[in-house]
Amino acid sequence: MEMSNISGQDYVNAMSALGAGIAMIAGLGPGIGQGIAASKACEAVGRNPGAKSAVTSTMLLGQAVAETTGLYGFAVAIILMFVKPFK
Amino acid sequence: MVAGDSSFLIKPLYNFRIPGIDYDFAITTTHVAMLLVTLTLLTIAIVARIKISKVKPTDKPGALQNVVELAIDMLSSMVDGIMGKNTKRFVNYLSTLFIFLIVSNLAGLFGLRPPTADYGVTLALGLITFILIQFNGIRKNKLSHFTALFQPVWFLFPINLIGEVATPISLSLRLFGNVMSGTVLLGLIYDLLNPYTLGYGAALHFYFDVFSGCIQAYVFCMLTMVFINDKIADE
Repeated sequence: MEMSNISGQDYVNAMSALGAGIAMIAGLGPGIGQGIAASKACEAVGRNPGAKSAVTSTMLLGQAVAETTGLYGFAVAIILMFVKPFK
Repeated sequence: MVAGDSSFLIKPLYNFRIPGIDYDFAITTTHVAMLLVTLTLLTIAIVARIKISKVKPTDKPGALQNVVELAIDMLSSMVDGIMGKNTKRFVNYLSTLFIFLIVSNLAGLFGLRPPTADYGVTLALGLITFILIQFNGIRKNKLSHFTALFQPVWFLFPINLIGEVATPISLSLRLFGNVMSGTVLLGLIYDLLNPYTLGYGAALHFYFDVFSGCIQAYVFCMLTMVFINDKIADE
């Protein structure tokens, strides 16, 4: 297919899909952060097994908050793919 | 690819117009799912109420009564763990919120599109939290609720203001993002390998609907409690 057959709208759609993929790189940070939180929680439970339930609930709360940045990336990706702001 | 007929998007079921307003209103899948969730909860609540009001103190408790008592006990101890002596004022709203969120997030298991995968629902819940935070902050701290925005130094005011306004946005986006990501992934998998998804779709449903849904319901209530408690706790 020649390049001249690609309309402006096709180009915008393609770049939106590409942008959605790039936005999901935001998932990298929360993954690392949640892993660190889980490893520290394991250490804490190993040192003090009696506090297991408190440590677990605190860890889950912290992880859920840390996840927020990744979800911002996900929201951007969803908007680019389905809401299509650039028409 | 970018077509709007994917199975995981919000679908309008019935379109209508209100005379004088130039906008296409629609009854969507979210409305239906939310109505079903509400009706389920109402039915359980009414049945439990009728059954428990008939029970004498000397009777052996039935199955439903045990479950309801267990749930109420867990919810009030959850609120009590953060709120302390303010538990009584907030336990009703927070318990309702928690039960509604759990059932909404689990709606995906019953073939509905979860209502919490619609940003309109989660933003409304986030705004209720925001209003509760500000109302209780003003009630408790009077004028110092506003002067606290200029602490520790006055030029941090914009950052403090953004911090206050960001609370409902991050709360609602967190819940929406988690439920929506599960819905999108499951929708993609069901669309992708249609006849073969009966088996491992169940495992993914367990992770995205049951595990993630319960955690996010807990986190939403927990953060609401923590934010409100931040404002009303005695120094």
